[in-house]
Formats: sequence, structure tokens, C-alpha cells
Amino acid sequence: MLKVDETFATQVGASPQRSWWPLAGTIIFILCAAAFPAFAKAIGDPSLIGLAVRITIYAIAAASLNLILGYGGMISFGHAAYFGIGGYVVGILYHHFVDGSPFLGFIPGTNEFLITIPAAIVVSGLFAFVLGALSLRTSGVPFIMITLAFAQMLFFLFISLKAYGGDDGLIVRRRNVLFDLDMRDDTTFYFLTVAIAVIYFVGFARLVRSPFGMVLGGIRQSERRMAAIGVSTYRYKLTAFVIAGMGAGLAGALMANYSKFVSPDMLHWTKSGDLMIMIIIGGTGTLLGPVFGAAVLIGLETFLTSWTEHWKFILGPILIVIVLFSSGGLTSLFSGWSRKRE
Amino acid sequence: MSEPLLKVDSLTKRFGGLVATNNLSLDVLEGELHALIGPNGAGKTTFIAQIAGELHQDSGSIRFDGTEVSGWQTPARVQRGLARSFQITQLLPDYTTLDNVALAVQARRGHSYQFFIDARNRTDIRDEGGQHLDRVGLGGRADIAVSELSHGEQKQLELAIALATKPRMMLLDEPMAGLGTAECARMIDLLKVLKTEVTILLVEHDMDAVFALADRISVLVNGERIATGSADEIRANEAVRIAYLGEGDA
Repeated sequence: MLKVDETFATQVGASPQRSWWPLAGTIIFILCAAAFPAFAKAIGDPSLIGLAVRITIYAIAAASLNLILGYGGMISFGHAAYFGIGGYVVGILYHHFVDGSPFLGFIPGTNEFLITIPAAIVVSGLFAFVLGALSLRTSGVPFIMITLAFAQMLFFLFISLKAYGGDDGLIVRRRNVLFDLDMRDDTTFYFLTVAIAVIYFVGFARLVRSPFGMVLGGIRQSERRMAAIGVSTYRYKLTAFVIAGMGAGLAGALMANYSKFVSPDMLHWTKSGDLMIMIIIGGTGTLLGPVFGAAVLIGLETFLTSWTEHWKFILGPILIVIVLFSSGGLTSLFSGWSRKRE
Repeated sequence: MSEPLLKVDSLTKRFGGLVATNNLSLDVLEGELHALIGPNGAGKTTFIAQIAGELHQDSGSIRFDGTEVSGWQTPARVQRGLARSFQITQLLPDYTTLDNVALAVQARRGHSYQFFIDARNRTDIRDEGGQHLDRVGLGGRADIAVSELSHGEQKQLELAIALATKPRMMLLDEPMAGLGTAECARMIDLLKVLKTEVTILLVEHDMDAVFALADRISVLVNGERIATGSADEIRANEAVRIAYLGEGDA
């Protein structure tokens, strides 16, 4: 009897922590996201749908970087490499699908979404494993520099790959096919992207609260402490690095499909910088920070470029204001809306 | 006679021209509290770091529990039962007190490649973490962020985390450093209990604490061990007095 009471008491005691907002917030978001295309058409600006797709894709990419940068404390300055590799997997497989020739002499091309996306995730993960295994032998500034160097190596590799367009990039004439969906329609692609993003972020939210996520956060706070409780930190950092690379690969593959184009620019270091800026705007080490960050950066880019090509001249001061006046990024303004570090 | 739990033999560590550990041999017997004292710069913390595996010696050997552990990294030594606390606390400031201990319990119970369960819902691990907090007197502070704890509480937490790894031997690097008189007395009481359960190598500057707690004391000067013995023997040792207690004529 007493035992039952105790169990009950524990559950009651634990319930305030398990608050309603994650579930409610997710449902509200899904409803808003579902209504958005109709809204965009109603106000006569269907191009907003494409904007939303790009924001969603960059949110996934920025969140994947945030796993290692914000949660794990590993400042990778080469994350666009995995974004670009994901894109090139889609591009190269499509190229061989149209060409009829196999990739590397034995891998046939394909335009099946259900094959290209997992392939992009796996290949980016493999690259992240190899480059991460080498980079993570260092830490601090050398780590920043070596990740940047590896990314630039891949950037120049793709520039010199004339078979796949060199610096002109590759055109993916049609988006990959998925069942009987009309992928050419931006609204359909929007729903597909948002659905993938919701699954990604729900998984991400669980990941950072898991035993693995706790270890990763511990490594950010004191790697020495983690070693002193018996954790082989290198392996956990490498695992996180691979998971992050896979997330960026997913985003890159979606972007290749959306824009029907891949080019070395996807791997350029300024793209890595963009992902970092998104995280800093939104709040490092927060679940939804990268979403806000992507929305602000892509949104500003889109609207400011319609006024002037020197849009970064306006973006700079806006960034400074955000960083100065919202310590911890935009997420800190919505306290309780996301996991906060402080 | 069985081998000591920790057997350090002819350990040497140089940093450039500075010999931090000079041909140092030391045995710590199972069940004893062995104190390591010495003036500032004697190489005590460097010595602890080598036993813990954070630094690797230039020559010499470290045997723990009958096995040569010199080539092992820190995590492997911890899993074998060799825990340490830090002189300058190394805690996870964004996590709660309980998170800090629970993480050590989690690490001891195996790998943490579990990606989709909520770590804070694992009641068996949280409960065990709570017990370790109770032991050091932090039971009421479980849900406080570590950054909010006082310095004394952080020192207690260091100890709770070390205990959570279920060590056979603890390397305690100045657990009283920076504590007030009352806190210090509490820490001594706590260590008196702990020394009955786990072998301890204690580095400490507080002489009252050392003489109250230690079964044996070794004195380190310039990276060399100049004496080992009971509290009385150390007090009476001429070389120690000259080198360390400052009562010699030199």
C-alpha cells in the first residue's frame, strides 16, 4: 500500500517538469505549418512557400551543427562540407541516372527519393567519421582551423571535378521521385520537407536529453571531469560529430532537390559561417534556436536583397544588435520555449 | 604478503629542465589512508595526475590492483577503481548537483550510447546518485544548479562524484583547500567515515587534518619522497622538520 502511495507521489512530483508545452507547441506548429501554403496563396505571394522550404532546410542544417557546437562545445568551422556532400550525393546519383553509366563503375544512378536521401545521410556520415576522427585529435583553435581546412579541401575537390560540373555545379533537372507525389509542386515539397524536419527535431529533442546527450553536454562543460568519471570522451565526441554530419547531409540532399542544383558553393566556408550565424542569432545549445536563426537570416537575406545587393551591409548591424541585446540569442527572449543553458 | 593496492616504482617526470617527479617510489596499502604532504611546488599534484593517468610519466611504473596501468588512459583507470577529486573543482556547472553524480553512476554502469531514452527518467540511476549525495551531506541540494553551490558544497560534490564511480581507491587532491573552519571539520568527519570503506591517497596542506586522518604519511620535497611513516614518526623526523615543517636550523 505504502509502495503504491510512494509511486504515486513520485509521479505527481515529477509532473511539473514534464510540462505541456513541448507536445502542445509541436501540435500548434504542425497546424500552422499545414495552413501556411493556403495562407501564402491567399495573400497572393506563393513564393513564401519556397522561402519556408529553404528556412526549414537550413534549420535542419544549423541544428545539426548546433549538436556539436552548442551542446558538445566543438566549434566546427567546416560543417558546410557535409551539407555539400549530401547535395552532391543527390546530384551525382541523378547525373548517373540520366547518363545510364554507373558511379565508380558499379553503383547505378537513381532518382528515388527513398534511396538518395538515406544514401546522402550515410555518405556524409562516413565523411564526418573520417574527418572527425582526424580533427578531434585536436581541440580549441586548432580544431576550428582543421575542420575549416578539411572543408576547403573538399570545396576545391568538387571545383576540380570536371565530370560533375566543376565550379559550375550540377543541374538536377527533376526532383527525385517519391511514390506518386507531384514533387515539382513546391507546396508538395514544402509538406514533405516540413514533415521530415518535424521528425528530425523530435528526434533531436530526445537525443539531447538522452544518456548520450547528457554525456555530450558534460564534455562541453568539463572534458576533464568526464574522463575522471570513466568516460572515453573521444568516442562520444566522434559519435556526435558523425550524427551532426548526417544531419547536414540530410539537409544538403533536401536542398539539392529543392533548388534542383548543386555546386561547390554549398561547401564553401562562408556557408559554414552562415550556419554558425544562424545558431548564434537563435541561441547556442537550444533546441529551437537554429530554427529562429535560420528564419531570421534567410528571411533577412530574401527581403533585403530585394532592396539592395549590399544587403550584408544592413545585416551586419542587425546581427550586432541581436548579439548585444539578447545574450543567449533570440530563444532567450522566449523563456520557457526551449531548453536554456543558463 | 600480498602486493599493495597501489605500487609506484621509480616514477620520474620532467618538464624541460624541471624534474617534477624524481625517482619516486610509494606504496599505498589496501584499506589505509595515506597522506602526501610537502611544500608548495613539491610535485604533489603532478604526482596525482600521473597516477590518475592525466599525465604520463617519463619512466618508472605504476601498478594498481596487481596490474601495470602506466599505459592506460584515465577512463580505463577509473573503471578499474581508481577515482580522483580535483584541487580546483572540475564540475559540470550547467547541470544540477544530482545530474553531476548521476552521470558518474551512468558512466560506471556501462556505455552511454543510448540516444532516445530520457536520462533523467532513469530512476535507479537517479536514486543511487541521491544516495551518494546523502553520504556527503548534499541530499537537500540535489536539484540546485552546480554554479549556485558554495565552494564548500562543490568540494563535497567532488567527493560524491568520486564515490559514485565505486572506487577501490580515491586520490583526493586537497579536499579542504579554501574551506572555512566549520566546513573543514565536517570534511574531516566525512573522510573519517570514508577511510573505513575505501583506500585513500590524500594530498593536503591542512596539517591538523592530515595528522587526524592519516594512517601513514609520506613527505614529498622537490619531487622526491624524503620520508614515510606514522604521524609521530613524521613529526619526529629531522629531515622533514628541516625541509618542510620549518623547525630546522637551515
